[in-house]
Amino acid sequence: MLKDQDRIFTNLYGFDDWRLEAARRRGDWDGTKAIMEKGQDWIIDEMKASGLRGRGGAGFPTGVKWSFMPKKSDGRPSYLVVNADEGEPGTCKDRDMMRHDPHKLVEGCLLAGFAMRAVAAYIYIRGEFHREGNILEAAIQEAYDAGLLGRNACGSGYDFDVFVHRGAGAYICGEETALIESLEGKKGQPRLKPPFPANMGVWGCPTTVNNVESIAVAPTILRRGGAWFAALGRPNNTGTKVFCISGHVNKPCNVEEEMGVSLKELIEKHAGGVRGGWDNLLAIIPGGSSVPMIPKSICDTVLMDFDSLRAVKSGLGTAAVIVMDKSTDLVKAIARLSEFYKHESCGQCTPCREGTGWMWRVMERLVRGDAEPAEIDLLLEVTTQVDGHTICALGDAAAWPIQGLIRHFRPELERRIAAAKPSRAA
Amino acid sequence: MSGHDYTPTLSNAPFAFTAENEALAQKHVAKYPPGRQQSAVMPLLDIAQRQIGGWLTEPAIRYIAGFLGMPEIRVWEVASFYTMYNLQPIGRHHVQVCTTTPCWLRGSGDIVQACEKHLGIKVGETTADGMFTLKEVECLGACVNAPMMQIGDEYYEDLTPETAVKVLKQLAAGETPKPGTQSGRHTSEPAGGATTLTSINRPAE
Repeated sequence: MLKDQDRIFTNLYGFDDWRLEAARRRGDWDGTKAIMEKGQDWIIDEMKASGLRGRGGAGFPTGVKWSFMPKKSDGRPSYLVVNADEGEPGTCKDRDMMRHDPHKLVEGCLLAGFAMRAVAAYIYIRGEFHREGNILEAAIQEAYDAGLLGRNACGSGYDFDVFVHRGAGAYICGEETALIESLEGKKGQPRLKPPFPANMGVWGCPTTVNNVESIAVAPTILRRGGAWFAALGRPNNTGTKVFCISGHVNKPCNVEEEMGVSLKELIEKHAGGVRGGWDNLLAIIPGGSSVPMIPKSICDTVLMDFDSLRAVKSGLGTAAVIVMDKSTDLVKAIARLSEFYKHESCGQCTPCREGTGWMWRVMERLVRGDAEPAEIDLLLEVTTQVDGHTICALGDAAAWPIQGLIRHFRPELERRIAAAKPSRAA
Repeated sequence: MSGHDYTPTLSNAPFAFTAENEALAQKHVAKYPPGRQQSAVMPLLDIAQRQIGGWLTEPAIRYIAGFLGMPEIRVWEVASFYTMYNLQPIGRHHVQVCTTTPCWLRGSGDIVQACEKHLGIKVGETTADGMFTLKEVECLGACVNAPMMQIGDEYYEDLTPETAVKVLKQLAAGETPKPGTQSGRHTSEPAGGATTLTSINRPAE
């Protein structure tokens, strides 16, 4: 188990105060100027050495992403945009970081923004996080008042601003180009890539969009060294991660653990175990609603990191672990996610706009068993026509939970169809 | 499709920001680079909605379009795309129960039922006295504190049907319920005590 001294978010639960004075006691803003004096290349190299992979779901190496930003301006300013539009069902980690440890994020904005030669950071926080947004704004103001942000930030000679931009209720704005559109004051509809944001992002300027957690861990990585972070976890899956454990566990919670911790250990050590015991487990969605579920037989041994979960045809995603015990109507659980994606589709691409509604309606019939056996294959076929055929990944995200259900629990779907109308049995 | 009722309710009540809200709006505009004032449309719609009392009227949309120098249709696009903008009048307390899978697994259906029964309305309706509007919403990002609901700006978490009704009763009585978890725990740590960060020295409270 990860030792407390290797935990980054030492105030994850808010037992201590979030304000600057307490944050400094916890080590935030310590030697920030000295880190900046080592230069942009040093910061990016150290981030690369840490092996940090983006914590928003896709897992792209953070240091590499930063290195895509132009080293010399062509006259346009560069921007850092922080994705705090946390809304992936099961996920509630960024919320804790912002309301209980906001200075980690604010300091991270300065260091990341400096490293990519940005003039400002915009933190795009979902509008429903009203209280969290207020705390973040207050923390930013504290940092300005203390000379840590603004002109000559931390006495480094570098000028840097941080702003909060509040969303207004749209899951799709968690997609980076939709977020950029929204930041520009438009509907949140994803853009075609290329051009990629590092060339043309917000207001046509070079932009990097990073998840809250990716930015908030950066100051600690830079203080303790990339090698420290890289020594945690496994190769290509390094560091610590805040996991969100929800659903049928005795003690749902957020917890920071080492990457590669076993799923079973994670649940039993921190979440009080599965309701009714491990043998009462049916299936788990291990990385937020967009990744395929895995049945108990895989949960028994799988490790919680990018590569281990990909090897079992699922994913780490946002590391939101949704636990379902044997009392769960799995078909209903996935049908509810299909309804979610139908609701959240931005409507831009036909396969997603039409497909999410179509898949949801079939899923609702499958809940009741009101379908022909051949429709299971038809549904699977339709998911593959949505998956990969849209501008952004929302179509994929809508398809994968259904694919996971059919892959692992097809007999249950067939059983319902047969039970609803015995003559339909295959 | 992003799915709230898009049909605007007609209202010709004239709209202009109060002096205080105009100053606030200018502060938002100043956050963005010169010429990019359209970026402030979302915060400005929020300010207008709060000033009107929970929803957006056509005159308010037109006012904001003028304020930012945007075509009206662009403001309508934004106001109708995001679920937090209400294009119809709404009860004083906007009760939004999360029913997405993580909350559903922990009994959000019972919370919805308890709210319906207590308020005497169905999801989507407003009480006759205009005090409460009840809605089901998608994931609000507090999944380890499920089931939960948002009322106004606040989250109420770790609900039971009883504690959900208690919150509604407090609001009806003009009281301010304690936001956050309604069970015994502090925030998102495991109930009964954290399993981590126990060796961190904290100053005495």
